[in-house]
Amino acid sequence: MVNCKDCLKDLSEYLEGCLDDELRRELQAHLNGCHHCKVIFDTTRKTVELYCDGRVFPLPDNVRLRLHSALRRRWEKKRA
Amino acid sequence: MASVNTRGTGKAEAALLAEARAGKYEAFEELVNRYERKIYRLALNLTGNPEDAEDVLQETFLKAFEHLPEFREDSRFYTWIVRIAINEGLMKLRRRRASKEVAAEDATGDDGEVLPREFSDWRPNPEQIYARKELQEILQNAARALPVTFRTVFILRDIEGLSTEATAEALGLSSGAVKARLFRARLRLREELSQVFKRG
Ligand SMILES: [Zn+2]
Repeated sequence: MVNCKDCLKDLSEYLEGCLDDELRRELQAHLNGCHHCKVIFDTTRKTVELYCDGRVFPLPDNVRLRLHSALRRRWEKKRA
Repeated sequence: MASVNTRGTGKAEAALLAEARAGKYEAFEELVNRYERKIYRLALNLTGNPEDAEDVLQETFLKAFEHLPEFREDSRFYTWIVRIAINEGLMKLRRRRASKEVAAEDATGDDGEVLPREFSDWRPNPEQIYARKELQEILQNAARALPVTFRTVFILRDIEGLSTEATAEALGLSSGAVKARLFRARLRLREELSQVFKRG
């Protein structure tokens, strides 16, 4: 039987899909019966998803333009 | 984890690199176009501040340009510029700390047990509840609350999608340390965000 402590220990690998089938099934069974662990798993997964969401951290146009003009200047200086 | 897989474009990338090294600016610019968004996101999450993020973005690609002849073709271009960006970002943070703008937060000896304290479920879809700018600030503030060593591991592994090994190499850590820090970083970010997103 998996308890809450074991469950937490395997959280990272579970989220990455790196657990073997048997362990994953045991963990899944624990999650179905344990609200606390279920919340921790779901909200941790959501945490990672939010940070990976490209729409949340867009590159502003003016920042991009300044980058490209700085690079262009450096390149021209080097070529001169 | 959710990062875009760029390996599929490896061949075209090698060609671009060769052209860039031969002095074709458009080829280098194409490489910049590919990765500038990801480097900016990394810099924002690492420094927690748009001005610093812009400096890190510029310095990263200027350095990449200067050091292009030293780039070893057997490593990935993206991993290489990520390393440059991390170094630039850490330098910024050190300078800020030296000027006392940032509290001493870099306690690395955080080896105690991680115990979740917040068990409330979240309101669904925070990305729909909050305006983009607001959400960006919430996430940045939570990232800033992490010790820098945890933050860098989280950024490289979970946001940029680098492997455990590539992250370990970039930061000079063992794979075990990367795994342990990633676990703690995720749980601590979750705790921080729970304060904002939990059901009332
Ligand atoms: Zn449990």
